[in-house]
Amino acid sequence: MISNGMKLNTLTCHELQELIKGKKTTSSEIVKDVLEAIETNDKKVKAFVAVKPIPTDSQASSDISGIPVAIKDNICIQGQKTTCSSKILEGFSSPYDATVIEKLKNAGATIIGITNMDEFAFGSSTETSCYGATRNPWDLARVPGGSSGGSAAAVASDETILALGSDTGGSIRQPAAFCGVVGLKPTYGRVSRYGLIAFASSLDQIGPITKDVADNAILLNIIAGYDPRDSTSVDIDQPDYKKSLINDVKGMKIAIPKEYFVEGMDKEVKQALEEAIVVLKKLGANFKEVTLPHTDYAVATYYIVATAEASSNLARFDGVQYGLRATPAKTRRSFMIDMYEETRGLGFGAEAKRRLILGTYVLSAGYYDAYYLRAQKVRTLIRRDFEEVFKEFDCIITPTSPTPAFKIGEKTDDPLSMYLSDIYTISVNLAGIPALSLPCGFTKNNLPIGLQILAKPFAEETIFRVAYTYEQNTVWHKQKPKL
Amino acid sequence: MKELETIIGLEVHLQLATETKAFCGCSTGFGASPNSHTCPVCLGFPGSLPVLNKKALAYAMKVALALNCKIQDVVKFDRKNYYYPDLPKNYQISQYDLPLSADGFVAIKTEDNVKRIRIKRVHLEEDAGKLIHEENRDASLVDFNRSGMPLLEIVSEPEMNSPQEALDYLSTLKLTLKYLEVSDCDMEKGSLRCDANISLREKGVKELGVKTEVKNMNSFKAVKAALTFEVNRQAEILAQGGKITQDTRLWDTEKEITISMRSKEEAHDYRYFPDPDLVPFIIPKEEIEIAQASLPELPQQRLERFKKEYNLSDYDSFGLVQDKELADYFEGCVKLYPQPKQICNWLIGPLSAELNHRKVSLHQLDLSPQKLVELVGSAATGVTSNLVAKEVLTNMIDTKKSASEIIKEQGLAQLSNTGDLSVFVEEVIKEHEKSVNDFLQGKESALMFLIGQVMKKSKGKANPKIAGDILRERLKKNS
Repeated sequence: MISNGMKLNTLTCHELQELIKGKKTTSSEIVKDVLEAIETNDKKVKAFVAVKPIPTDSQASSDISGIPVAIKDNICIQGQKTTCSSKILEGFSSPYDATVIEKLKNAGATIIGITNMDEFAFGSSTETSCYGATRNPWDLARVPGGSSGGSAAAVASDETILALGSDTGGSIRQPAAFCGVVGLKPTYGRVSRYGLIAFASSLDQIGPITKDVADNAILLNIIAGYDPRDSTSVDIDQPDYKKSLINDVKGMKIAIPKEYFVEGMDKEVKQALEEAIVVLKKLGANFKEVTLPHTDYAVATYYIVATAEASSNLARFDGVQYGLRATPAKTRRSFMIDMYEETRGLGFGAEAKRRLILGTYVLSAGYYDAYYLRAQKVRTLIRRDFEEVFKEFDCIITPTSPTPAFKIGEKTDDPLSMYLSDIYTISVNLAGIPALSLPCGFTKNNLPIGLQILAKPFAEETIFRVAYTYEQNTVWHKQKPKL
Repeated sequence: MKELETIIGLEVHLQLATETKAFCGCSTGFGASPNSHTCPVCLGFPGSLPVLNKKALAYAMKVALALNCKIQDVVKFDRKNYYYPDLPKNYQISQYDLPLSADGFVAIKTEDNVKRIRIKRVHLEEDAGKLIHEENRDASLVDFNRSGMPLLEIVSEPEMNSPQEALDYLSTLKLTLKYLEVSDCDMEKGSLRCDANISLREKGVKELGVKTEVKNMNSFKAVKAALTFEVNRQAEILAQGGKITQDTRLWDTEKEITISMRSKEEAHDYRYFPDPDLVPFIIPKEEIEIAQASLPELPQQRLERFKKEYNLSDYDSFGLVQDKELADYFEGCVKLYPQPKQICNWLIGPLSAELNHRKVSLHQLDLSPQKLVELVGSAATGVTSNLVAKEVLTNMIDTKKSASEIIKEQGLAQLSNTGDLSVFVEEVIKEHEKSVNDFLQGKESALMFLIGQVMKKSKGKANPKIAGDILRERLKKNS
């Protein structure tokens, strides 16, 4: 707390840096306020699975030095329990730091704690965690979205300043939208995946979840960059994203895909989006409706590619080296096979099992061509849809999610309707392009609504510029949930 | 029943001798304590990612080109999914539908001709760890030091028609690989492993018969024995009107039989798919050209050159070329002492005998070409007799001293001094009257016997030529 009674945890990273520079506060004061907020709020929100501040290089001087960052439970931190919120990784502690963690440590950030998630990022509600559901700070009866629901809820409830999430089909953007914060899925290859426990390797990206667009650019500056340890990270120049924080969209060409405004979209979401378009138009942006003809196939394609990769990525959780190991009571086939089966049977939750079975099925002999290979071809078509649009347009604007946050338990028995809540976000992962969600209004029930901005690969600068302009000319990001 | 034709195809797994593993920076050193050469990547820890070792790729390209294969434009890796405790990720990074290279051949010598055995594919993959089953222990142990080591799989077409041909293919292949210096090719250490597909068919029939796959052959001897056993086993079944069951069989070295391990029905579905952690990439044409141009001289080329350049026979040349180290050593010696035939005789004769006897490789002896040519020179110029020179060689290896030191210390210089030799000659003439008479009556072989006796008296040091001359001179007087 500083002299005027303002809680430091309610501020943004860039605001806090100003205070630190002006010697008006210190890192330990910030950490203290954040820990107090966790103490008070997290009993209700349940965003964190572990709170254990890791002090890092106090000599470092960067835009995030001394600033608390919350880390999703699937990013490895040396000596810390990293479990993907799954029972199967019970007791597992990583022997190494993920590249992004190394970067945060080198930048002098304070890792404040580990945030809850859907088990192995399989979900859109953070309900499938072995630790129980995280609550939406705007309405504790509702989900925070997922799978990075813990990180989004922690940022929204001022239980951290910054957070990292991971996004495979919308897992950063959808919870950012549900919790009224800013979340970016960077271009595939922009941020190293080394140390991110893989869900679907060709879709996963780590990204920042923050209170505003400026903080998002600041955090991306720290975590982005080529990593020789990740063959899929791309070795190209990295701009200073703070320079993209320009309050001007005059003459920019923005596309609206007609396929995204379909049945099933919530009326209030639709209205909020239309109003956002009006704001940007007034600021000088040009809008035009376009077509992304293969949109209809995105969900099916995604659930084939993602589950296929997951079935192979998660095969290593077998009880041999680390994590949970079941001891079969009696031998049915052989100790080894019984141990595998019981460990995985006990360790994985229902949604994980559903996806692993699906993924194993689509890769099986005789089905591979019909499912996986075909899905890869459709994926190429989806990517081309975007390429066509970006030949003419700077970015695309869509809603982030067809609905605001739904009630806890509302969709747990209906996986298909749960999968459809990612309908606007998964194409982005299939195409490998960057996309950001930021608040664009509230429902009558005071639930946040998210606006999604998409751009071509490595055009995060364009996204930040449009998002920053919109944010500077609206007030949504300033609203806080009452806890 | 018509005559049967044997069809054999071999699948060779070669451990590449890179310094680090295929997809991480861990050492590939042999014999380290269990699990000491490991890291999150080769242990398959959550979040770790593979990065291709460029050296492994370069080695693989070398092999592919030396086996006359075409290198694919795109290098792509796939995951082979199966559960086993020695496989930490429960998938192996391998290459499936787009192997690194294909369509090569190995030329083997048959009785009267040269036969080309075609190579179907050569691809790069990672090795698994090693399971250790100790007696009196209620659990198995895993050593992941081998996990992630680079392996090259070399698959032949089923084109060998006898166990001997298969063995010829294997030894020709091994020699080529040795020349490339990409592996130590040690079957006992497991750096070269071999599986075989065997089937029989009636002569003249086009379709292949039902095949069996034989694994666990850990030496050339085992390969020959296992293949011979399996061919006979199948022939017997067919002779009795039975049918071959397609299965995978293990060679039992002790019982000398193959045992069925699993049938075709139990075969795995490996669910291959492209590894999303390793992005496919293109090898530039120029890089392939450079690799081709930088291939070392291969055994066949060297054999021809030795015949031409050193005027050696096919037999002599092969004797040198079949051991790359020996052939290199030969050339080192010839540079110092340009008598190829003399050196060759020493190398494939006494020196090879020493190596076999001691069960060592040349580099394990402290025997430089300088040291050896000094010895060869001593023998050739008559400083020592050939017989003594062989003993000197043994001595040199034991003591690491030079030939001249040993000859000097032990007084082994050949006796060419007429005075000293005359004493022995007089004694021999006195003691062997009968042979003297035989010689005087024109029996030339008697002289050889007498020379032998002089050699004996001199403890091998006498120069036999000079001893012969003195004997002849001396006996002339008697006639």
